[in-house]
Amino acid sequence: MADAITVQGLTKRYGTLAAVDGIDFTVPEGKVFAFLGPNGAGKTTTVEVLEGLRRQTSGEVRVLGLDPWAQGTELHKIIGVIPQEFRFFEKITPREAILYYATLFNVKVDTERLLEKVALSDKANARFDTLSGGQKQKLGLALALVPAPQICFLDEPTTGLDPQARRGIWEVIRDLRREGKTVFLTTHYLEEAELLADLVAIIHQGKIIASGTPAEIIRKFGRPERLVVEGPASLGEYLKRLVQRPVTISDGRIEIHMRDKADALMVLKTIEDSGIPWKGFATVSDTLEDVFVGLVGRMDEGVVAAGAKA
Amino acid sequence: MNPRRVGADFVVFTKGYLRNPIGLFFSLIFPIILIGLFGLIFSVSGSSTVTVYTENLDHHSATSVAFLAALNQTGAVKIQVVGPVTNESFASWLAQQGYPVGLIIPAGLESSFTNHTPVNVTVFTDPQDAQSSGITLGAVEGVANGFNLKAVGGTPVLGATNQNVGSQVLKYIDYLVPGLIGFSILTSPMFSMVEISSTYRKDHLFRQLSLTPLTKGEWLASKIAWYIVLTFVSAVIMIVFGVVVFGSHVGFTLGLIPFLALGPFFFVSLGMLAGSVARTPEIAAVVGNIITFPMMFLSGTFFPVSGFSPFLQNIAHALPLYYVIDGMNQVMLFHNNTRALFDIGIVAIGGALTFIAAIAAFRWREE
Ligand SMILES: Nc1ncnc2c1ncn2[C@@H]1O[C@H](COP(=O)(O)OP(=O)(O)O)[C@@H](O)[C@H]1O
Ligand SMILES: [Mg+2]
Repeated sequence: MADAITVQGLTKRYGTLAAVDGIDFTVPEGKVFAFLGPNGAGKTTTVEVLEGLRRQTSGEVRVLGLDPWAQGTELHKIIGVIPQEFRFFEKITPREAILYYATLFNVKVDTERLLEKVALSDKANARFDTLSGGQKQKLGLALALVPAPQICFLDEPTTGLDPQARRGIWEVIRDLRREGKTVFLTTHYLEEAELLADLVAIIHQGKIIASGTPAEIIRKFGRPERLVVEGPASLGEYLKRLVQRPVTISDGRIEIHMRDKADALMVLKTIEDSGIPWKGFATVSDTLEDVFVGLVGRMDEGVVAAGAKA
Repeated sequence: MNPRRVGADFVVFTKGYLRNPIGLFFSLIFPIILIGLFGLIFSVSGSSTVTVYTENLDHHSATSVAFLAALNQTGAVKIQVVGPVTNESFASWLAQQGYPVGLIIPAGLESSFTNHTPVNVTVFTDPQDAQSSGITLGAVEGVANGFNLKAVGGTPVLGATNQNVGSQVLKYIDYLVPGLIGFSILTSPMFSMVEISSTYRKDHLFRQLSLTPLTKGEWLASKIAWYIVLTFVSAVIMIVFGVVVFGSHVGFTLGLIPFLALGPFFFVSLGMLAGSVARTPEIAAVVGNIITFPMMFLSGTFFPVSGFSPFLQNIAHALPLYYVIDGMNQVMLFHNNTRALFDIGIVAIGGALTFIAAIAAFRWREE
């Protein structure tokens, strides 16, 4: 499968600040790619370079084979963009806005279907300044879809929205994926990336610190699966002495890191043999969120070398 | 430049404009306020016509009626015929009423006129009101001269005399109409475009538009088109108001059209240029004001440039609005088309250069 987006050594400086600091990644056609990172990580800067709205300081960028800055006019006919915090003319309604875009792009658009698709039919004739944050974002989405783009760029499309509005946007993203479009999504919501994305890259302070499928990232950067039992601290101390696995104790909760099934059986047997009362056991494994928090946290402590890859 | 896209942007911008009550108020009510205010200020301060209380002792004659009608026609005086004053002299009656000027048409005016026998009309004046006296004496003498010439067969001169006397007064309100049209051609686009360029930048609307096939030139063209429409509407409002309320003598002439079209073309572009060169909205507002305010007063909007000192006249001649207003004066008042053509040429060339500069200066995207 061809790559819709390729980025090599992309750097963007604002004065002395390297907002994006030499990143590389590729996005294959037809995939949902989530660009995950905390606020100020460099997500918007990157996505704006890809959209041809900002000029990079250095590095090679290709979107559908085009150089976004130099060939912006051509590129904009085949990509759809929903900026972070979409704004539009205050007194114009969604229906008028779609018609306006259709005329500008010189395409025929089924306005009613498009409004339905983004669940905005009931607000078709409401002026933009009366729409809620989620409804504004949905109009942004509808307008981005007017030229029937091959790639959609969505910059934090659900930030600040209520859960229902978020699910509405997620539904549209899933539809796009079903239609075979490439989606470039930035977010700081972990579950959003986990739920929607085929591929994830985690960016922090302008550098990509992990990338791959969510499962790959968890496998590579997550902690091993843990057995959790409830019991007194004395049980924890007892286990620490007898099993050769890392043990953490907190508030009557004891976690034992495991490598495999044999470890689990061995640990349970040791607990039972101790004669100390205990109850309720479960196993837990890292989510993408745990990995993210762990990675970003360790990175802030300067522990993880930058650019680690799954 | 794709007309379909310009049209689509025009429709959206116009809707937005018309749905904003404040913007609409200012574009339609403001011209009326302007002309009402200035018309009132300047008609009170001595440029109104002088009322002349008149005893016509020859009131059955066509000549006396024609004479009084001719006086009215000068526009300088307004004849108010009063019944014969019987129990006191006309002079003391005038003084008692507080009227500064009066006129008596003697009995037998017509017979004297037809027989070419000298006869005098009597003008009463108050030495303390030199202005009314001067205007009345001038008007009466002018009209009398006309009649004298007519009596000896020199008709064309009557018309010329008539206009001379009248034009002094006609000038101000008639002059004010093109001046104020020029004022709104300048201010409305300049202030709006500076404001638009700031809010669009703040709301990232330029960036949003850069993602569509709309070009900067098309976007600016549609703004120009809308301000041309607005200028036509407010020009018509001001002309009608001037005629109806202040009795101005200017009408809508075809020669006005190029100025009402190219004037907004110039100032929409200039406003956009001012809004674009400035880095922040605050600086943009300052730059806009620095450009607008001197032009607002020195281009012949409220006062004729010909009355300025030579120094100020030189400055005026460097201001683009001067050529818009001068041109409108030429087509509306003086019917001097050669001069108007020169003026419109300057506005057209200046407008085209400003348009190109504005498009070059304003950025859809950030580096
Ligand atoms: N126009 C700008 N000028 C200067 N600094 C900027 C500009 N835009 C963003 N930055 C800085 O660059 C860094 C990355 O910002 P951004 O790409 O917006 O991050 P994100 O979208 O991940 O929150 C931040 O530190 C931000 O303050
Ligand atoms: Mg951002």
